[in-house]
Amino acid sequence: MSNGFHLAWLEVWRNRARFLLFSLVIALITLLILFVAALGEGLGLGNREYLQKLDADLIVFQDTAQLQISASQISPAQLRAIRRVRGVDAAGAIAFAGASIPRASAKPMDISLIGVEPGLPGAPPVLSGKTLYRSASDEVVLDAVVAQMAGLAVGDRVTIRSIQDDRETLYDLTVIGITDSRKYSIRSAVFVPMDTWDRIRSQAMAGGSNMTELPHNIAAVRLADPTQADEVRQALLEQVDRVAIADRQATWENAPGYSEQQSTLNTQRGFALLIGVLVIGGFFQIQTLQKVGQIGMLKAVGTPNRTIAVASLLQIVLVTAIGVLIGGAAALGLAQVFPGNVPIVFTWESGLAAVGSIMLMGPLGGLVSIRYALRVEPLTALGLSA
Amino acid sequence: MTLALEAVQVTKEYPSPSGDGIITAVDRMEMALERGEFVALVGPSGSGKTTMLAMLAGLLAPNSGAIRIAGQDLTQMRERERTAFRRREIGFTFQDNNLVPYLTALENVEYMLRLNGEYDRPGRERARELLVRLGLEERLKSLPRQLSGGQQQRVAIARSLINQPTLVLADEPTASLDTERAFQVVETMAQLVHAENRAAIMVTHDLRMVEYCDRVIQMVDGRLERVLSTREDITCLVNPALCERIPLAVLGYEEDEALQVQYVEL
Repeated sequence: MSNGFHLAWLEVWRNRARFLLFSLVIALITLLILFVAALGEGLGLGNREYLQKLDADLIVFQDTAQLQISASQISPAQLRAIRRVRGVDAAGAIAFAGASIPRASAKPMDISLIGVEPGLPGAPPVLSGKTLYRSASDEVVLDAVVAQMAGLAVGDRVTIRSIQDDRETLYDLTVIGITDSRKYSIRSAVFVPMDTWDRIRSQAMAGGSNMTELPHNIAAVRLADPTQADEVRQALLEQVDRVAIADRQATWENAPGYSEQQSTLNTQRGFALLIGVLVIGGFFQIQTLQKVGQIGMLKAVGTPNRTIAVASLLQIVLVTAIGVLIGGAAALGLAQVFPGNVPIVFTWESGLAAVGSIMLMGPLGGLVSIRYALRVEPLTALGLSA
Repeated sequence: MTLALEAVQVTKEYPSPSGDGIITAVDRMEMALERGEFVALVGPSGSGKTTMLAMLAGLLAPNSGAIRIAGQDLTQMRERERTAFRRREIGFTFQDNNLVPYLTALENVEYMLRLNGEYDRPGRERARELLVRLGLEERLKSLPRQLSGGQQQRVAIARSLINQPTLVLADEPTASLDTERAFQVVETMAQLVHAENRAAIMVTHDLRMVEYCDRVIQMVDGRLERVLSTREDITCLVNPALCERIPLAVLGYEEDEALQVQYVEL
């Protein structure tokens, strides 16, 4: 073991420029894998953050909507029926629309305009200021990213822009509270009472509806006892007409493109990892091929195969680890300078998974070269072959 | 007293490249060396001397015959035992790839101590002394690429002797050296082999290098052709112009133009 370490370390140290160069290649691959992972996490979070943080156990959809929020419409009658079901603690209607906030020195900021019922599931808690407490008011709660990017604070007036028919219309509202980041559909969120939402949302969305009662997209249901989810789900299906039920995770996983986006990014991550394995394997294989005579000599003078294997493996692990460290540090550094609206989120879980997979797969790529090194005949030291 | 090396009826056969026959690379070779003997194994290209050396080193198994080093039969050992035996009892110098390129001169010699678990203060001191004796006092910390060919061979000689092996095997140690350095290397090797009481076999095709050897074993076509064991015979071999008893033709070198040219220069 110690002889293997001695050989591995001195070879790396005395050829540090070459090995560092290779570590940098591994660092770039690490950076790529971490960024793809962060992008996956960022996009995924951007799609599900609001739903993930929702204080609800079940989400009720229109039955024909196939758990698609934008296609679902829950009527007030259905909402009332939901509230009557035994085991339902509270149910809040939620409606989604797109809008933007004009900014003086930058492009308008796209937002998710989310209509909620104050005091009911769906309405966000606040970090500062007050929660929404009145329906049909001109008050909003902003998520922290909107507040930061638009430079708004509690008490400020915010202008929300939406398209009414073919005209751009501006609405001035008062910021009464700031909640934490609650992105939906990759956009940061602005929360308004449901009646206000109905007034602001693009009227094209209303589809010229002459309905007297305002339909919502979904109902967020909080249970009196979360362990009774299956029973309440069954009761809802039996007692409320034409609804479908999902939990929060199923809801975001059914969001349009969510699964496809995640699987695409996972495929990219897999390919990047595969490229890493091939690059690491290729480098060490070429290096072993260049050292055949030297390995033959080492074996001829009595170096056991175990020492050769340990030296090769340690080198691969060392060079990969240095590359991963540099790549990880670079990713962390770059993450600091990315603007907040770029959907890149580094999490320890996905970062460690990516780093762990490279650390595991790198030596796997190098196994071929170790096998080759072990098969070098000591006879090659004498210019002979077996 | 046990012989340092004893090879008895050693034969090595290969299938011919065409696959319809057998090539006998070494044919019933006999060889015996005592401690303190420095022997040259000579012969034209293809005479089987490197194959013989590989078998003596335990790197190649003979088809038949026995090879005993310090009384132990290499042919009866398992692969692992042979590897362990090699690092204890056999020292090597090669023609190429002699040194580990990323170890200094001293580390290359000390590496053998590490392999044998003798990397202690006395061992390290011995390695240093050996290199100093070989005139490398100033180059202990030099990497092989910073050394001349002759210096590299001297480091290899030190490495081959550091474990005080029974047998030292040298495969064409002067092949890549100029004449002056080649003579220096062989002379040094001979001195150390005698001083340390080791047995050594040097494979060479350069007959001038046998001047420092105690015996010359000549192989032709895989067989033992002759053994020159007197100083007079060896001197004649080295300098045939002074001697008509052993014409080159007899030794099988008449077709080797390169060697003929070397003799003219002498």
